[in-house]
Amino acid sequence: MSTPSQTVGPFFEFALPYEGGERLVSPGDADAILIVGVVLDGDGKPVDDALVEIWQANRLGRYRHPEDTREELPLEDGFTGFGRCPTDAEGRFEFVTVKPGAVDGQAPHILVCLLARGVLRHLYTRLYFPDEAEANAADPLLASIEDPAVRATLVARALDGVLAFDIHLQGEQQTAFLDV
Amino acid sequence: MNGYRRDPAGTHPELLTPEYRSTRLRAPDRPLIILPHTLTEVTGPVYGHEGIGPLDHDLTRQHAGEPLGERIVVCGRVLDGDGRPVRNSLVEVWQCNAAGRYVHRVDQHPAPLDPNFTGAGRCLTDDEGRYRFVTIKPGAYPWGNHENAWRPAHIHFSLFGPAFATRLVTQMYFPGDPLFAHDPIFQSVREPAARERLVARFDLETTEPEWALGYQWDIVLRGREATPVED
Repeated sequence: MSTPSQTVGPFFEFALPYEGGERLVSPGDADAILIVGVVLDGDGKPVDDALVEIWQANRLGRYRHPEDTREELPLEDGFTGFGRCPTDAEGRFEFVTVKPGAVDGQAPHILVCLLARGVLRHLYTRLYFPDEAEANAADPLLASIEDPAVRATLVARALDGVLAFDIHLQGEQQTAFLDV
Repeated sequence: MNGYRRDPAGTHPELLTPEYRSTRLRAPDRPLIILPHTLTEVTGPVYGHEGIGPLDHDLTRQHAGEPLGERIVVCGRVLDGDGRPVRNSLVEVWQCNAAGRYVHRVDQHPAPLDPNFTGAGRCLTDDEGRYRFVTIKPGAYPWGNHENAWRPAHIHFSLFGPAFATRLVTQMYFPGDPLFAHDPIFQSVREPAARERLVARFDLETTEPEWALGYQWDIVLRGREATPVED
Protein backbone atom coordinates (compact mmCIF):
# COMPACT_ATOMS: atom_id res chain seq x y z
CA MET A 1 0.00 0.00 0.00
CA SER A 2 1.49 3.29 -1.11
CA THR A 3 2.50 5.97 1.34
CA PRO A 4 0.03 8.87 1.04
CA SER A 5 1.04 12.24 -0.35
CA GLN A 6 1.10 15.42 1.72
CA THR A 7 1.59 19.04 0.71
CA VAL A 8 5.12 20.36 0.18
CA GLY A 9 4.01 23.27 2.43
CA PRO A 10 5.24 26.85 2.26
CA PHE A 11 8.70 26.35 3.78
CA PHE A 12 10.75 24.32 1.30
CA GLU A 13 12.79 27.14 -0.19
CA PHE A 14 15.90 26.50 1.92
CA ALA A 15 15.84 22.79 1.07
CA LEU A 16 14.64 21.90 -2.42
CA PRO A 17 15.76 24.60 -4.89
CA TYR A 18 19.40 24.52 -5.90
CA GLU A 19 21.76 26.75 -7.84
CA GLY A 20 21.16 26.42 -11.56
CA GLY A 21 18.10 24.19 -11.12
CA GLU A 22 16.25 26.08 -13.85
CA ARG A 23 19.07 25.79 -16.42
CA LEU A 24 19.10 22.45 -18.23
CA VAL A 25 21.50 23.78 -20.86
CA SER A 26 23.89 26.70 -21.01
CA PRO A 27 22.15 29.90 -22.20
CA GLY A 28 24.85 29.98 -24.92
CA ASP A 29 23.62 26.69 -26.40
CA ALA A 30 22.61 27.32 -30.02
CA ASP A 31 19.32 25.47 -29.41
CA ALA A 32 18.57 27.06 -26.04
CA ILE A 33 14.95 28.09 -25.46
CA LEU A 34 13.54 30.11 -22.58
CA ILE A 35 10.29 28.95 -21.03
CA VAL A 36 8.61 31.43 -18.70
CA GLY A 37 5.34 31.14 -16.84
CA VAL A 38 3.24 32.32 -13.95
CA VAL A 39 1.33 30.11 -11.52
CA LEU A 40 -2.08 31.59 -10.66
CA ASP A 41 -4.71 30.56 -8.09
CA GLY A 42 -8.50 30.55 -8.41
CA ASP A 43 -8.65 34.31 -7.80
CA GLY A 44 -6.07 34.91 -10.53
CA LYS A 45 -3.51 35.84 -7.87
CA PRO A 46 0.11 34.76 -8.36
CA VAL A 47 1.20 31.73 -6.36
CA ASP A 48 4.53 32.84 -4.92
CA ASP A 49 5.34 29.64 -3.04
CA ALA A 50 5.15 26.93 -5.69
CA LEU A 51 7.90 24.66 -6.95
CA VAL A 52 7.83 23.75 -10.63
CA GLU A 53 9.77 20.72 -11.89
CA ILE A 54 10.22 19.54 -15.47
CA TRP A 55 11.34 16.25 -17.01
CA GLN A 56 12.16 15.85 -20.66
CA ALA A 57 14.12 14.01 -23.33
CA ASN A 58 17.15 15.61 -24.96
CA ARG A 59 17.05 17.29 -28.37
CA LEU A 60 17.17 13.91 -30.09
CA GLY A 61 14.32 12.52 -28.03
CA ARG A 62 16.39 10.35 -25.65
CA TYR A 63 15.82 10.16 -21.91
CA ARG A 64 18.77 9.82 -19.57
CA HIS A 65 17.36 6.76 -17.85
CA PRO A 66 18.11 3.02 -17.94
CA GLU A 67 14.69 2.23 -19.45
CA ASP A 68 15.40 4.33 -22.52
CA THR A 69 17.59 1.83 -24.32
CA ARG A 70 17.61 3.51 -27.74
CA GLU A 71 21.38 3.61 -28.10
CA GLU A 72 21.07 5.05 -31.60
CA LEU A 73 20.04 8.35 -29.97
CA PRO A 74 23.11 9.46 -28.03
CA LEU A 75 22.95 11.03 -24.58
CA GLU A 76 24.45 14.49 -24.19
CA ASP A 77 27.08 15.24 -21.57
CA GLY A 78 25.66 17.34 -18.79
CA PHE A 79 22.03 17.11 -19.90
CA THR A 80 19.97 15.37 -17.22
CA GLY A 81 16.52 16.32 -18.50
CA PHE A 82 15.43 17.48 -15.03
CA GLY A 83 14.81 21.04 -13.92
CA ARG A 84 13.48 22.63 -10.74
CA CYS A 85 12.47 26.26 -10.19
CA PRO A 86 10.61 27.91 -7.28
CA THR A 87 8.16 30.67 -8.21
CA ASP A 88 9.11 34.23 -7.23
CA ALA A 89 7.03 36.96 -5.57
CA GLU A 90 5.10 37.44 -8.86
CA GLY A 91 4.44 33.72 -9.20
CA ARG A 92 6.97 33.47 -12.04
CA PHE A 93 9.18 30.53 -12.96
CA GLU A 94 11.50 29.98 -15.89
CA PHE A 95 13.62 27.28 -17.50
CA VAL A 96 16.45 27.44 -20.00
CA THR A 97 16.40 24.20 -21.96
CA VAL A 98 16.16 22.73 -25.46
CA LYS A 99 13.10 21.48 -27.29
CA PRO A 100 13.05 17.71 -26.82
CA GLY A 101 12.90 15.41 -29.81
CA ALA A 102 9.70 13.46 -30.43
CA VAL A 103 9.35 10.22 -28.45
CA ASP A 104 7.41 7.14 -29.50
CA GLY A 105 4.88 8.75 -31.83
CA GLN A 106 4.11 11.61 -29.46
CA ALA A 107 4.60 15.28 -30.24
CA PRO A 108 7.62 16.86 -28.53
CA HIS A 109 6.63 17.59 -24.93
CA ILE A 110 7.91 18.31 -21.45
CA LEU A 111 6.38 16.78 -18.32
CA VAL A 112 5.64 19.47 -15.74
CA CYS A 113 5.12 18.83 -12.02
CA LEU A 114 3.78 21.45 -9.64
CA LEU A 115 4.11 21.44 -5.86
CA ALA A 116 2.76 24.10 -3.51
CA ARG A 117 1.17 24.89 -0.20
CA GLY A 118 -2.50 23.98 -0.57
CA VAL A 119 -1.69 21.29 -3.14
CA LEU A 120 -2.01 18.01 -1.27
CA ARG A 121 -0.69 15.86 -4.09
CA HIS A 122 1.69 17.17 -6.74
CA LEU A 123 -0.01 18.11 -10.00
CA TYR A 124 1.21 16.93 -13.38
CA THR A 125 0.70 18.60 -16.71
CA ARG A 126 2.55 18.65 -20.02
CA LEU A 127 3.97 21.45 -22.11
CA TYR A 128 3.69 21.11 -25.90
CA PHE A 129 5.22 23.39 -28.54
CA PRO A 130 3.30 25.91 -30.67
CA ASP A 131 5.42 25.29 -33.80
CA GLU A 132 4.42 21.61 -33.93
CA ALA A 133 0.82 21.91 -35.14
CA GLU A 134 0.95 18.72 -37.19
CA ALA A 135 2.61 16.58 -34.52
CA ASN A 136 0.34 18.06 -31.85
CA ALA A 137 -2.74 17.14 -33.91
CA ALA A 138 -1.54 13.52 -33.96
CA ASP A 139 -0.43 13.35 -30.32
CA PRO A 140 -2.41 10.71 -28.37
CA LEU A 141 -2.85 12.79 -25.21
CA LEU A 142 -3.83 16.00 -27.02
CA ALA A 143 -6.15 14.05 -29.32
CA SER A 144 -7.87 12.49 -26.29
CA ILE A 145 -8.96 15.95 -25.05
CA GLU A 146 -12.20 16.93 -26.77
CA ASP A 147 -12.50 20.56 -25.71
CA PRO A 148 -10.08 22.65 -27.83
CA ALA A 149 -9.87 25.31 -25.10
CA VAL A 150 -8.72 22.70 -22.58
CA ARG A 151 -6.29 21.22 -25.11
CA ALA A 152 -4.87 24.69 -25.76
CA THR A 153 -3.83 25.02 -22.09
CA LEU A 154 -1.13 22.42 -22.76
CA VAL A 155 0.47 24.29 -25.66
CA ALA A 156 2.96 27.04 -24.80
CA ARG A 157 2.61 30.40 -26.57
CA ALA A 158 5.45 31.95 -28.56
CA LEU A 159 6.01 35.50 -27.32
CA ASP A 160 9.00 37.56 -28.45
CA GLY A 161 11.36 34.63 -28.65
CA VAL A 162 10.16 33.20 -25.36
CA LEU A 163 7.77 30.32 -24.74
CA ALA A 164 5.07 31.37 -22.30
CA PHE A 165 3.38 28.65 -20.26
CA ASP A 166 1.11 29.92 -17.50
CA ILE A 167 -0.38 27.46 -15.03
CA HIS A 168 -3.91 28.26 -13.84
CA LEU A 169 -4.83 26.11 -10.85
CA GLN A 170 -8.59 26.82 -11.08
CA GLY A 171 -11.27 28.66 -12.99
CA GLU A 172 -12.29 29.18 -16.60
CA GLN A 173 -8.72 29.05 -17.85
CA GLN A 174 -7.67 26.12 -15.65
CA THR A 175 -4.71 24.18 -17.00
CA ALA A 176 -5.43 20.59 -17.96
CA PHE A 177 -3.91 18.53 -15.15
CA LEU A 178 -3.11 14.88 -15.68
CA ASP A 179 -3.77 11.75 -13.67
CA VAL A 180 -0.35 10.14 -14.17
CA MET B 1 6.47 -1.13 -21.76
CA ASN B 2 4.68 -1.43 -18.43
CA GLY B 3 3.24 1.57 -16.65
CA TYR B 4 2.79 2.10 -12.91
CA ARG B 5 -0.33 1.12 -11.00
CA ARG B 6 -2.75 3.81 -9.90
CA ASP B 7 -3.29 3.86 -6.15
CA PRO B 8 -6.73 2.89 -4.81
CA ALA B 9 -9.13 5.71 -3.90
CA GLY B 10 -8.50 6.98 -0.37
CA THR B 11 -4.73 6.44 -0.52
CA HIS B 12 -3.96 10.10 -1.20
CA PRO B 13 -5.77 13.22 0.02
CA GLU B 14 -8.56 14.75 -2.03
CA LEU B 15 -7.07 17.82 -3.67
CA LEU B 16 -9.99 19.89 -2.41
CA THR B 17 -9.95 19.51 1.37
CA PRO B 18 -11.84 22.64 2.50
CA GLU B 19 -10.75 22.25 6.14
CA TYR B 20 -7.24 22.95 4.84
CA ARG B 21 -7.99 26.47 3.73
CA SER B 22 -5.22 26.87 1.16
CA THR B 23 -6.74 24.11 -1.01
CA ARG B 24 -9.87 26.20 -1.71
CA LEU B 25 -8.22 28.41 -4.32
CA ARG B 26 -5.53 25.96 -5.36
CA ALA B 27 -7.24 22.61 -5.95
CA PRO B 28 -8.14 22.18 -9.64
CA ASP B 29 -11.91 22.08 -10.07
CA ARG B 30 -11.96 20.04 -13.25
CA PRO B 31 -11.21 16.31 -13.06
CA LEU B 32 -7.71 15.18 -13.92
CA ILE B 33 -7.23 13.71 -17.40
CA ILE B 34 -6.00 10.12 -17.36
CA LEU B 35 -2.63 9.78 -19.05
CA PRO B 36 -1.64 6.24 -19.98
CA HIS B 37 2.06 6.02 -19.15
CA THR B 38 4.59 6.52 -21.91
CA LEU B 39 8.37 6.51 -21.84
CA THR B 40 8.14 10.06 -20.41
CA GLU B 41 6.39 8.89 -17.24
CA VAL B 42 8.31 5.65 -16.65
CA THR B 43 11.63 7.48 -16.78
CA GLY B 44 12.83 10.14 -14.36
CA PRO B 45 15.95 11.77 -12.98
CA VAL B 46 18.77 9.40 -12.05
CA TYR B 47 21.10 10.48 -9.27
CA GLY B 48 24.62 9.45 -8.43
CA HIS B 49 26.69 9.76 -5.31
CA GLU B 50 28.62 12.69 -6.79
CA GLY B 51 25.82 15.10 -5.86
CA ILE B 52 25.63 14.01 -2.20
CA GLY B 53 28.01 15.30 0.47
CA PRO B 54 29.22 12.96 3.25
CA LEU B 55 27.29 14.91 5.93
CA ASP B 56 24.19 15.66 3.91
CA HIS B 57 22.27 12.97 5.82
CA ASP B 58 23.30 14.35 9.24
CA LEU B 59 21.38 17.53 10.04
CA THR B 60 23.17 17.82 13.40
CA ARG B 61 26.63 18.28 11.87
CA GLN B 62 26.13 21.00 9.27
CA HIS B 63 27.29 23.89 11.49
CA ALA B 64 30.09 24.72 13.94
CA GLY B 65 28.10 23.55 16.97
CA GLU B 66 25.37 21.05 17.74
CA PRO B 67 21.72 22.06 17.38
CA LEU B 68 19.49 22.22 20.45
CA GLY B 69 16.81 19.59 20.80
CA GLU B 70 16.25 15.89 21.14
CA ARG B 71 18.69 14.06 18.85
CA ILE B 72 17.00 11.34 16.78
CA VAL B 73 17.80 8.82 14.07
CA VAL B 74 15.15 8.41 11.37
CA CYS B 75 15.62 5.50 9.02
CA GLY B 76 13.73 2.96 6.99
CA ARG B 77 13.35 1.48 3.57
CA VAL B 78 11.95 2.80 0.33
CA LEU B 79 9.97 -0.01 -1.28
CA ASP B 80 7.92 -0.35 -4.42
CA GLY B 81 4.33 -1.56 -4.37
CA ASP B 82 5.49 -5.17 -4.57
CA GLY B 83 7.80 -4.92 -1.57
CA ARG B 84 11.00 -4.66 -3.58
CA PRO B 85 13.68 -2.18 -2.52
CA VAL B 86 13.97 1.08 -4.47
CA ARG B 87 17.73 1.45 -4.83
CA ASN B 88 19.93 4.47 -5.45
CA SER B 89 17.01 6.79 -5.15
CA LEU B 90 17.22 10.38 -3.92
CA VAL B 91 15.52 11.17 -0.60
CA GLU B 92 15.33 14.84 0.39
CA VAL B 93 14.12 15.98 3.82
CA TRP B 94 13.45 19.30 5.49
CA GLN B 95 12.00 20.37 8.82
CA CYS B 96 11.74 23.10 11.43
CA ASN B 97 13.99 23.21 14.48
CA ALA B 98 13.24 21.90 17.98
CA ALA B 99 11.41 25.14 18.82
CA GLY B 100 9.08 24.84 15.83
CA ARG B 101 10.75 27.47 13.62
CA TYR B 102 11.82 27.07 9.99
CA VAL B 103 14.86 28.76 8.49
CA HIS B 104 12.60 30.57 6.06
CA ARG B 105 11.95 34.27 5.45
CA VAL B 106 8.17 33.77 5.57
CA ASP B 107 8.05 31.85 8.86
CA GLN B 108 6.78 34.41 11.37
CA HIS B 109 6.40 32.08 14.36
CA PRO B 110 7.99 33.91 17.32
CA ALA B 111 10.17 30.98 18.35
CA PRO B 112 13.97 31.16 18.25
CA LEU B 113 16.08 30.23 15.28
CA ASP B 114 18.99 27.91 16.07
CA PRO B 115 22.29 29.04 14.53
CA ASN B 116 23.41 25.42 14.49
CA PHE B 117 20.43 24.05 12.60
CA THR B 118 19.29 24.55 9.02
CA GLY B 119 16.99 21.55 8.75
CA ALA B 120 17.67 20.24 5.22
CA GLY B 121 19.22 16.89 4.30
CA ARG B 122 19.49 14.39 1.50
CA CYS B 123 20.72 10.89 0.86
CA LEU B 124 20.52 8.06 -1.63
CA THR B 125 18.93 4.73 -0.75
CA ASP B 126 21.32 1.77 -0.62
CA ASP B 127 21.03 -1.62 -2.30
CA GLU B 128 18.33 -2.68 0.16
CA GLY B 129 16.40 0.56 -0.31
CA ARG B 130 17.54 1.90 3.07
CA TYR B 131 17.88 5.56 3.98
CA ARG B 132 19.07 7.05 7.26
CA PHE B 133 19.04 10.58 8.68
CA VAL B 134 20.36 11.96 11.95
CA THR B 135 18.53 15.07 13.10
CA ILE B 136 16.71 16.60 16.06
CA LYS B 137 13.03 16.14 16.72
CA PRO B 138 11.13 19.03 15.10
CA GLY B 139 8.75 21.04 17.28
CA ALA B 140 5.05 21.63 16.75
CA TYR B 141 4.18 25.11 15.49
CA PRO B 142 1.13 27.30 15.06
CA TRP B 143 -0.26 28.26 11.65
CA GLY B 144 -3.04 30.50 10.45
CA ASN B 145 -5.41 27.88 9.05
CA HIS B 146 -8.01 28.27 11.80
CA GLU B 147 -8.31 29.46 15.38
CA ASN B 148 -5.52 27.97 17.52
CA ALA B 149 -4.24 25.75 14.70
CA TRP B 150 -1.01 23.81 15.34
CA ARG B 151 0.84 21.41 13.07
CA PRO B 152 1.91 18.13 14.65
CA ALA B 153 5.68 17.60 14.57
CA HIS B 154 6.69 16.36 11.12
CA ILE B 155 9.57 15.93 8.72
CA HIS B 156 8.97 16.66 5.02
CA PHE B 157 10.15 14.00 2.55
CA SER B 158 10.61 14.27 -1.21
CA LEU B 159 11.32 11.17 -3.31
CA PHE B 160 11.55 10.35 -6.98
CA GLY B 161 11.78 6.58 -7.08
CA PRO B 162 12.54 4.91 -10.39
CA ALA B 163 10.29 7.08 -12.58
CA PHE B 164 8.58 10.44 -12.66
CA ALA B 165 5.31 8.54 -12.18
CA THR B 166 6.56 7.40 -8.74
CA ARG B 167 7.31 10.93 -7.50
CA LEU B 168 6.17 11.36 -3.89
CA VAL B 169 6.26 14.37 -1.62
CA THR B 170 4.92 13.71 1.85
CA GLN B 171 5.39 14.24 5.58
CA MET B 172 6.47 11.84 8.31
CA TYR B 173 4.84 12.18 11.72
CA PHE B 174 5.76 10.92 15.18
CA PRO B 175 3.70 8.29 17.03
CA GLY B 176 1.01 9.35 19.48
CA ASP B 177 0.97 13.04 18.62
CA PRO B 178 -2.07 14.65 20.34
CA LEU B 179 -2.37 17.12 17.46
CA PHE B 180 -3.30 14.48 14.85
CA ALA B 181 -7.03 14.84 15.49
CA HIS B 182 -6.84 18.60 14.99
CA ASP B 183 -4.65 18.77 11.89
CA PRO B 184 -6.50 19.11 8.57
CA ILE B 185 -3.37 18.24 6.57
CA PHE B 186 -2.88 14.89 8.35
CA GLN B 187 -6.64 14.31 8.28
CA SER B 188 -6.77 15.07 4.53
CA VAL B 189 -5.92 11.39 4.08
CA ARG B 190 -9.41 10.04 4.72
CA GLU B 191 -8.61 6.35 5.19
CA PRO B 192 -7.38 5.76 8.76
CA ALA B 193 -5.16 2.88 7.64
CA ALA B 194 -3.55 5.06 4.98
CA ARG B 195 -3.07 7.86 7.49
CA GLU B 196 -1.24 5.47 9.81
CA ARG B 197 1.30 4.91 7.03
CA LEU B 198 2.44 8.50 7.57
CA VAL B 199 3.42 7.79 11.19
CA ALA B 200 6.89 6.53 12.09
CA ARG B 201 7.39 3.80 14.68
CA PHE B 202 9.58 4.27 17.74
CA ASP B 203 12.20 1.52 17.62
CA LEU B 204 14.47 0.52 20.49
CA GLU B 205 16.72 -1.38 18.07
CA THR B 206 17.36 1.83 16.12
CA THR B 207 17.78 3.82 19.32
CA GLU B 208 21.46 4.39 20.06
CA PRO B 209 22.37 4.06 23.78
CA GLU B 210 23.39 7.28 25.52
CA TRP B 211 22.92 9.14 22.24
CA ALA B 212 19.67 9.24 20.22
CA LEU B 213 16.13 7.85 20.04
CA GLY B 214 15.42 5.87 16.89
CA TYR B 215 12.42 5.93 14.57
CA GLN B 216 11.66 3.59 11.69
CA TRP B 217 9.57 4.69 8.74
CA ASP B 218 9.20 2.72 5.53
CA ILE B 219 8.02 4.54 2.43
CA VAL B 220 6.10 2.67 -0.24
CA LEU B 221 6.02 4.00 -3.80
CA ARG B 222 3.68 2.83 -6.55
CA GLY B 223 4.17 -0.61 -8.00
CA ARG B 224 4.56 -1.58 -11.62
CA GLU B 225 1.79 -2.92 -13.83
CA ALA B 226 2.21 -6.58 -14.60
CA THR B 227 1.11 -6.12 -18.20
CA PRO B 228 2.21 -3.59 -20.82
CA VAL B 229 0.32 -0.37 -21.50
CA GLU B 230 -1.87 -0.68 -24.59
CA ASP B 231 -0.87 1.63 -27.40
